[in-house]
Amino acid sequence: MKHETIETNAGWLIGLTLLVISIGGLVEIVPLYFIDSTIEEVKVEGIDTVHPYSPLELRGRDIYQREGCYLCHSQMIRPFRDEALRYGHYSLAAESKFDHPFQWGSKRTGPDLARVGKKYSNEWHVQHLIAPRSVVKESIMPNYPWLMDSLSYKDIADRLRALKVVGVPYSESTEEYEANVKRFGEEVAKNMDILHAEENLLAQAAAGNYDGNADDVTEMDALVAYLQLLGTMVDFSKFDEGHFAKFR
Amino acid sequence: MSSEKNKPTVQTTGHAWDGDLQEYNNPLPNWWLWTFYASAIFALVYWVLYPAWPVGDSYTKGVMNNITYTTSDGKTTTTHWNTRALYLKEMQEARESQKQYLEDINASTFEQIASSEEKSAFAYSSAKVLFADNCAACHQTGGDGVIGYYPNLLDDAWLWGGSYSKIQESINNGRNGSMPGFKASLTTKQVSDVADYVLSLSGNNVDASAAKRGKKVFAGQGGCVACHGADAKGQTFMGSANLTDKIWTIADVDGADTAEAKKAAVVDLVNNGKTRQMPAWKERLSATEIKILTFYVKQLSASK
Repeated sequence: MKHETIETNAGWLIGLTLLVISIGGLVEIVPLYFIDSTIEEVKVEGIDTVHPYSPLELRGRDIYQREGCYLCHSQMIRPFRDEALRYGHYSLAAESKFDHPFQWGSKRTGPDLARVGKKYSNEWHVQHLIAPRSVVKESIMPNYPWLMDSLSYKDIADRLRALKVVGVPYSESTEEYEANVKRFGEEVAKNMDILHAEENLLAQAAAGNYDGNADDVTEMDALVAYLQLLGTMVDFSKFDEGHFAKFR
Repeated sequence: MSSEKNKPTVQTTGHAWDGDLQEYNNPLPNWWLWTFYASAIFALVYWVLYPAWPVGDSYTKGVMNNITYTTSDGKTTTTHWNTRALYLKEMQEARESQKQYLEDINASTFEQIASSEEKSAFAYSSAKVLFADNCAACHQTGGDGVIGYYPNLLDDAWLWGGSYSKIQESINNGRNGSMPGFKASLTTKQVSDVADYVLSLSGNNVDASAAKRGKKVFAGQGGCVACHGADAKGQTFMGSANLTDKIWTIADVDGADTAEAKKAAVVDLVNNGKTRQMPAWKERLSATEIKILTFYVKQLSASK
């Protein structure tokens, strides 16, 4: 075929241009699905310690996205000494394998939140989210007082189902539940049961009472439950310091 | 430049648009062409030296760029170039350059650190950074805390004990402080009387007869003595506050202008109680880092 034919025919030009520019993406991205060491194996005594979010934490994550927290906060600690000293161990690919979409980000107006879990008390988070400057004078974070409103959770089972479609192993049948017990342990598997999602959400909110208000399940309960989980699923003391470098 | 002058020397692509618009077919500038070739050669060299191409379930690891690092447990590893190994190498180098100071801190008692200018200078500068990253969110950059939420570390009042070992214990394991609310178990009058009594302990002017009644509630039905003690001086093993030292960490008595406002702050606290939690740090920070912070926090207080 003569080059002139391609240049003067819009169909050929669009088709072949797409083909050429997709080569870069195909070569860089597709192999990652097949390379064994892309996602680290994080197993302690045969149990996968990185697990999908509980219903309450998932709602917290939804609120995190709704409020656009990712616009100022990344969740990706890079393997540099300065980042390790400030935030903790570098992030693993495995730690966001159940995130759809992931929250890595590239903009840090505020600090990275990849390992904020258990760093501060629940009371601190509640106070800080309602009025950041009441605890950190120099903060420029906006106030989020409406997070004390009631949480809507009636559609929680459907939210889990939607994630199941894209590969997060929430369970609906007995076989799936048993497989989760084997993979993640019973306690986690229970929280991954779609059929008991609403009940599990209410139970975690009641037991945690993250916002200090036991009378209502608020958006604050969900968001703080999510924040307190961030970066806590891998116990790095269980692994050699050089262990995760083997995956690169 | 006139077009007539160029026309005979430069070839055109042969197209004509709108009747007379033509396109020159100039050769590429040499500097551009050679940069292009050079970048292609650079890529070829890079492919050989660094991890590059996917092959099946693995990838080419590159040659001549091995990194050798030693982790803190003494294991030495040599591996192909990758950012995680680079990071471990960076950590190793920092550890080695700080080694003598860190070993010195580990081997010294707090008193020895305090009396040595060199050791305390190292502890101070490390602690400032650690404090800013981890503690300042609650206790504030200067350590003065937030009344109503987080204790002030600059004064000499310690809810959980101010010795080096108690401070170290607080940082290691965190603390859970909890005062129940008495709204349900005491009448409004009783709460009011207790508030008067508590305010009288720190020299505030209150109705003497109310304070007298309040003292009875404090020791009797209110059960305040169980935590705050018969002398109301608090007990550090449970973190109950000393009510006689004029230091207010939750009810903002000092910030209130009028006697009524001062009392309202205390009444509110007695009615609703307060739960405060300090997280445990032993899994997030190393033992040496916690030792350095303990030293720093102790130095912040007035009586060291």
